[in-house]
Amino acid sequence: MAGLLRIIVQRLLLGIVTLFVVSVIIFVAVNALPGDFAEAILGQGATPEAVTAIREQLGLNQNAFTRYFVWLGGVLRGDFGVPLSQALFAGNFGTTATGTEVITVVDQIMPRLRNTLFLAGVSAAIAVPLAVTLGILTALYRNSAFDRSMNVTTLSAISSPEFFIAYVLILFLAVLNPVFPSLSNIFPGMEFSERLNRTMLPALTLTLAVTAQMMRMTRAAIINLLASPYIEMARLKGLSPMRVIVKHALPNALAPIITVIALNLAFLVTGVVVVEVVFVYPGIGQLFVDSVKIRDIPVVQACCLIFAAVYILLNLTADILSIVSNPRLRHPK
Amino acid sequence: MSQISRRGLLKSGIAAGVLSATGMPLMAAPKKGGRLRLGLAGANTSDSWDGRTHSDSFMIMCAHGAVFDCLTEVGADGQLKGELAESWEASADAKTWTFKLRQGVTFHSGKPFGADDVIASLNMHTAEGAKSAAKPIVSAISEMEKISDHEIKMTLAAGNADFPFLLSDYHILMYPAGEIDEAIASGNGTGLYMVESFDPGVRFVGKRFPNHYKDDAGYFDEVEVIAINDASARMNALMTGQVDAVNRVDFKTEALLKANPQIEIFEVTGNQHYTFPMQTGLDPFSDLKVRQALKHAVNRQEMVDKILLGHGKVANDHPIGPANQYFAADLAQNDYDPDKAKALLKEAGLDGLSVDLSAANAAFAGAIDAAQLYQNSAKAAGININVVQEPDDGYWSNVWLKKPWCACYWSGRATEDWMFSTAYETGVPWNDTGWENARFQELLLTARAELDSGKRREMYTEMQMLMSEQGGTVVPMYANYVDAHSTKLANSGTIGNVFQMDSSRMMERWWFA
Repeated sequence: MAGLLRIIVQRLLLGIVTLFVVSVIIFVAVNALPGDFAEAILGQGATPEAVTAIREQLGLNQNAFTRYFVWLGGVLRGDFGVPLSQALFAGNFGTTATGTEVITVVDQIMPRLRNTLFLAGVSAAIAVPLAVTLGILTALYRNSAFDRSMNVTTLSAISSPEFFIAYVLILFLAVLNPVFPSLSNIFPGMEFSERLNRTMLPALTLTLAVTAQMMRMTRAAIINLLASPYIEMARLKGLSPMRVIVKHALPNALAPIITVIALNLAFLVTGVVVVEVVFVYPGIGQLFVDSVKIRDIPVVQACCLIFAAVYILLNLTADILSIVSNPRLRHPK
Repeated sequence: MSQISRRGLLKSGIAAGVLSATGMPLMAAPKKGGRLRLGLAGANTSDSWDGRTHSDSFMIMCAHGAVFDCLTEVGADGQLKGELAESWEASADAKTWTFKLRQGVTFHSGKPFGADDVIASLNMHTAEGAKSAAKPIVSAISEMEKISDHEIKMTLAAGNADFPFLLSDYHILMYPAGEIDEAIASGNGTGLYMVESFDPGVRFVGKRFPNHYKDDAGYFDEVEVIAINDASARMNALMTGQVDAVNRVDFKTEALLKANPQIEIFEVTGNQHYTFPMQTGLDPFSDLKVRQALKHAVNRQEMVDKILLGHGKVANDHPIGPANQYFAADLAQNDYDPDKAKALLKEAGLDGLSVDLSAANAAFAGAIDAAQLYQNSAKAAGININVVQEPDDGYWSNVWLKKPWCACYWSGRATEDWMFSTAYETGVPWNDTGWENARFQELLLTARAELDSGKRREMYTEMQMLMSEQGGTVVPMYANYVDAHSTKLANSGTIGNVFQMDSSRMMERWWFA
């Protein structure tokens, strides 16, 4: 068990290094894009004087190196800063800015992140049981018509771009048969049932996007084991095929299944950008797109850190669960 | 209507009723009630209730069109009328303006509205560090004097006959003096709807303000404005009945909307226009004949048909549009005539011409395609246009005003003077052609202080003609404002063309039938 703890600590420390590297890459990448916040926000009004004024006010005229370390210093103290757009308006009051609180990056991201996690949660609640069940069933009835049709269906779903799936779902479930609303504009104070109803179409889109991989991994892992001698033994004992798979094969197939589930859960959080835009879902993906558009670096950085952290943590969880689910790893000789 | 002289109108505006009561078509009486839901493009997470920062449709609709008021207002019929100002008088030189304010108006917080609020609200635009797009308008006021709580005298540095018109600008909203920051934070205005909730870049919900002075407007109990920047999502929302109206109809799916009997598309030609400015200080554009040749080498109708899919009108190389008062509709049209273009080039002593045209879709949707159409139509005139595709990012900083010839757009301005002095007056920073013409400049200054409407029409017509003939910019087309609404909604029959969505006053002027 001490070994496990050491792994966790080690991986968390490595995770922090990864986050640091990610933040550098994102910072460099956003800076490499043509145009900056001042030019993006001014648009046609980007006269040299106006651009200079905004850059000075927001400290964008400092070199990239200084700006990065100022930002990093803030983050290490737990301060993610103020979105450039909000900082600009605070300065734009012209009068004093007393009595009005400046909106920080955290204020801007938190409600959006909660929405995205809600969507990811609903999608996972549908997708994971569905994928695992289908995986077991297709393994059980492998090479049957059912197996083939399931494979074709899920593979087609994963091969189509998400926005296409989204529009197909809108067409069939919102326009032709108005079952769910095509607009997922959830907001605070909404009843849970209504919220769930409006989240359904994006959740179904994401479900279709992630099911195939999880299902096929489950199926492959189980089939792989079905050739093992101990499974043969179980079969010779006269156990039913269902029992053989669920009781004997599945526990040993858990490690790869958990890994692929974790990766797909990470995708549910980080891969929602397109889906959120199509369904007008006020999540972090949409905020991310809006912020990149105006080069609002503090918000972009914070979003990226969240995305990266989700990946790192879920991968770590997957590894730990694989170890826990495998007695050989749990008790190394 | 025609009995009232323009002069009279300009010198003293009369509040609402009088003007709009004439010539209105007979329509079913408006009905009160219901919750209007709009799906709008043009929302940003950086949105706020600070009118100085507004530039996109979502906030213009919510602030100018619902929560706040201006001193004056352009009616759906294009006529200027009082909003928070009841009437106004000008001195003979158009330098001193006296505004009488409406009495008994209160902010949503209950604070009464008066002259102090006007002064404080106007000063917001010139405050140190403020970056207001309306700064040029307000900084033209050299002195503001409060005569009484409901009367205010403004003295301009130079005469400007359009001054009351300029005060209808959507940036110049009225805030409560002394609590402007709080008003910006919470959205405390004098408008028809009070803020119930506002989530920048996501959603605005407003409730009818019961004590509003306009009782013949604002028929909805509640309004909900949802930010839908994605065009397909916006069209879907209207198709599936989740919103009652949307702005910026996506031309690609327009046919589907048209096929739906519950949806109606409404479009107006305003002042929004697309341009190809040439820097007249540089060769070969310094040669008038070359400029004229290029003006005759573009097939405007083809551009309207293919770039705007018919949702626009051919323009005539000047920036004044059908929503302007002195738009010269019967000016000789610069038409597509390759032979004439060739002849003009010959007069300039050239056999052919080879020029670069920089374009990116940041200039306007379809700008690259438009440049390629231009390239193609100019071939027949022996002009070789090399289309340079520029990146969208940084287009306005790195290409516009920098490259000798590029694509550009203007949303237009409410008055001729404002448009000309924004981009075509000698020496102004946005003069993207550097075109200088003594007569044009002289007319600009004279017309600005002239109160006589007939004389102004003559002068502005001549200016449009000068620009069309000699100016440095090619204006191929006006782009319509194309919006759509559910047939459950009704309106007076006159739709404003200053801006999209009935000049952004749909929440004020429409009702559920």
